[in-house]
Amino acid sequence: MRIALALVAVLLIIGASLALVWRPAIETIDPPARQSFDPELVKRGRQLAAIGNCTDCHTVRGGEQLAGGMPVRTPFGTVYSTNITPDPETGIGHWSEAAFRRAMNSGVDRAGQHLYPTFPYDHFTHVTNQDDGALYAYLMTRRPVHAPARQNQLSFPFDQRPLIAAWKLLYLRHDEVRPDSSKNSEWNRGAYLVEGLAHCGACHTPRNAFGAERKEAAFGGGEADNWLAYAINVQSPAPVPWTEQALFTYLRRGWHPDHGVARGPMAQVVSNLSPVDADDVRAIATYVAGLFGSPASDRIRSAEAVRTEANKAPTAAPQTSASIFAPNAVSPATNTGAAIYAAACASCHETSRPLPYAGLNLHLSTAISAPDPRNAANTILYGLPALDDERSPIMPGFAPSMTDAQVGALLIYLRAHFGHEPAWSKVEQTVAQARQAQAAFLQTSADPPNIATEPLPRDKP
Amino acid sequence: MMILKVNGRDHQIEAEPDTPLLYVLRDDIKLNAAKYGCGLGQCGACTVMVDGKAVLSCVTPLVLLVGKQITTLEGLGTVDRPAPIQRAFMEEQAAQCGYCIPGMMMRAQALLQRNSKPTDQQIRSALAPHLCRCGTHMRILRAVHRAARMMREAGNSTAGHGSPS
Ligand code: HEC
Ligand code: HEC
Ligand code: HEC
Repeated sequence: MRIALALVAVLLIIGASLALVWRPAIETIDPPARQSFDPELVKRGRQLAAIGNCTDCHTVRGGEQLAGGMPVRTPFGTVYSTNITPDPETGIGHWSEAAFRRAMNSGVDRAGQHLYPTFPYDHFTHVTNQDDGALYAYLMTRRPVHAPARQNQLSFPFDQRPLIAAWKLLYLRHDEVRPDSSKNSEWNRGAYLVEGLAHCGACHTPRNAFGAERKEAAFGGGEADNWLAYAINVQSPAPVPWTEQALFTYLRRGWHPDHGVARGPMAQVVSNLSPVDADDVRAIATYVAGLFGSPASDRIRSAEAVRTEANKAPTAAPQTSASIFAPNAVSPATNTGAAIYAAACASCHETSRPLPYAGLNLHLSTAISAPDPRNAANTILYGLPALDDERSPIMPGFAPSMTDAQVGALLIYLRAHFGHEPAWSKVEQTVAQARQAQAAFLQTSADPPNIATEPLPRDKP
Repeated sequence: MMILKVNGRDHQIEAEPDTPLLYVLRDDIKLNAAKYGCGLGQCGACTVMVDGKAVLSCVTPLVLLVGKQITTLEGLGTVDRPAPIQRAFMEEQAAQCGYCIPGMMMRAQALLQRNSKPTDQQIRSALAPHLCRCGTHMRILRAVHRAARMMREAGNSTAGHGSPS
């Protein structure tokens, strides 16, 4: 604690002195006419915006597109995304391209204020001016929405924007992504996208006490919205090693027969990538496959064993004993867990129906071999909701029908039976936290859109 | 053998622990309001309440129900004395073919027990897991609003046996 205070004090001093080196405002402009942008440029900007998840972070559930207000939770408090529609008053209508480029490059808004790195400009700084131009063209041709920014909820001293200057001094690097001539153009394109616009590390890299990515542990596993963003480097917990082809399929379609379905925040990433040029997704897969590295021979062997186990013809569901009905039976958690699995899960997860409409054989599941049970708990409690207007895998959620103790016992059994790593600790707490996180998520995200409702004639007096 | 508490009564059930609740309700206890739709927890027709929460009975095995209170549509009211949610659906004529309606009523009831004055959007998102291909969606919305009003006026948002939680 004392060290943290001292550090804060040091940062305050650095911050205060840097605040003197303030950033100038950039002249306002009249909102440019839509027609002044080349439609081809706008189209490219749309794809780039999809790769950068701009819409997800700048739209509240059911709210107006890009009008901001999405809460981004950090250990220091909540930062709300801002309105990036071309509304002159509350959006970026008065921003010139230069002002937009500065925001992307160095996290400074038009008026010269430092922006919080929850806006991932530590990655966006690597985006080329040309791509920034396309993004700008895309944003400035959206429908302007009047939506004032929401007040951030940050504790002192983190509510002091000048402090961000110190953060940048320590952690913002502009020149990290340089083309590597020893690699082919696909790899280089992938590196440019992954490290820059796609900001995969923003979720998949662990962060330090100041909320900055720990570069020495790049892609070693991070988190997003109470989901574990698994390691996607040599430390990957996936039971079957990822290949370039598997990555391409997963990023493109949202699932792979050896790895299952992308859920939570990753489902959004994947759905954003679906309209993007296949070449760009292929490039991302190429680069990320390099991060995983080629698996050691013992990993290949254990993966083969896992596959064989998983492909065995579905066996009769594990035997359950009727004694579990006895109200006072003190059965070890694994017995209870096994009984629940056999009764509630096996019919979908050990079946001859193919993925993704059946569940993955859990021997293959990264959720079960991950360092903590968060993602498995989220999935059991809330399932996989049906997507609008799309065929999609569906799993019912068990939050209303299982107690924390039941989910806990189930998780302990799944880890012991299907996992390949030591037992998880604090399983029941994880379940309780998953329920709280979901409740908070539903409270802060807005209601789904109100499709023009018919008036209620009978309600009239 | 286990004791299943349904609509306030204890039932002795002879069934394997992995038997879905829906089968026991319909085949053993002869409570036929909950419907078999998809059998995979994807359509909502089998919804009942367990300890006041809406639950898909076709994917809920008995093993999860030891000591819990189950409420089916029959437990809310009868033909002679319909519960507010049932009256509201009748008054709004909210059923067309009606197959999915018992499930919708149960989820609406669970919603109204924790939120006595839901907005349109809250009703829509609560009922989102229910598939229905008839043409009464707007009437269903109105019926839930109407039931909410009736329950507020009666000052009794916990009609039926479902204990709110
Ligand atoms: C992880 C969430 C996240 C993503 C992804 C994201 N943003 Fe943001 N953005 C934010 C937050 C939060 C802020 C507000 C920061 C602050 O108040 O200091 C912000 C601020 C901005 C601003 C400054 C606006 C102003 O009025 O000051 C611009 C411009 C912007 N974002 C553009 C983009 C673009 C373009 C993309 C996609 C390439 C994008 N953002 C992706 C979270 C995000
Ligand atoms: C907003 C946060 C976020 C971003 C950005 C993100 N991921 Fe993920 N990713 C996750 C989470 C959370 C999971 C776990 C999802 C699950 O359990 O299904 C995940 C899972 C994955 C997996 C599956 C790993 C396994 O072993 O099952 C891969 C591969 C992956 N991400 C690659 C990427 C790549 C490549 C990018 C950039 C294009 C990216 N992710 C961007 C959050 C994110
Ligand atoms: C009605 C079918 C169904 C039932 C019942 C069901 N699931 Fe699933 N489950 C799915 C589908 C479909 C998926 C998505 C495909 C996939 O990734 O496995 C899934 C995914 C999962 C995953 C993620 C696997 C991964 O890493 O990709 C886990 C863990 C899981 N289910 C656990 C359970 C448990 C535990 C139960 C019992 C309490 C259960 N499921 C019951 C259909 C079902």
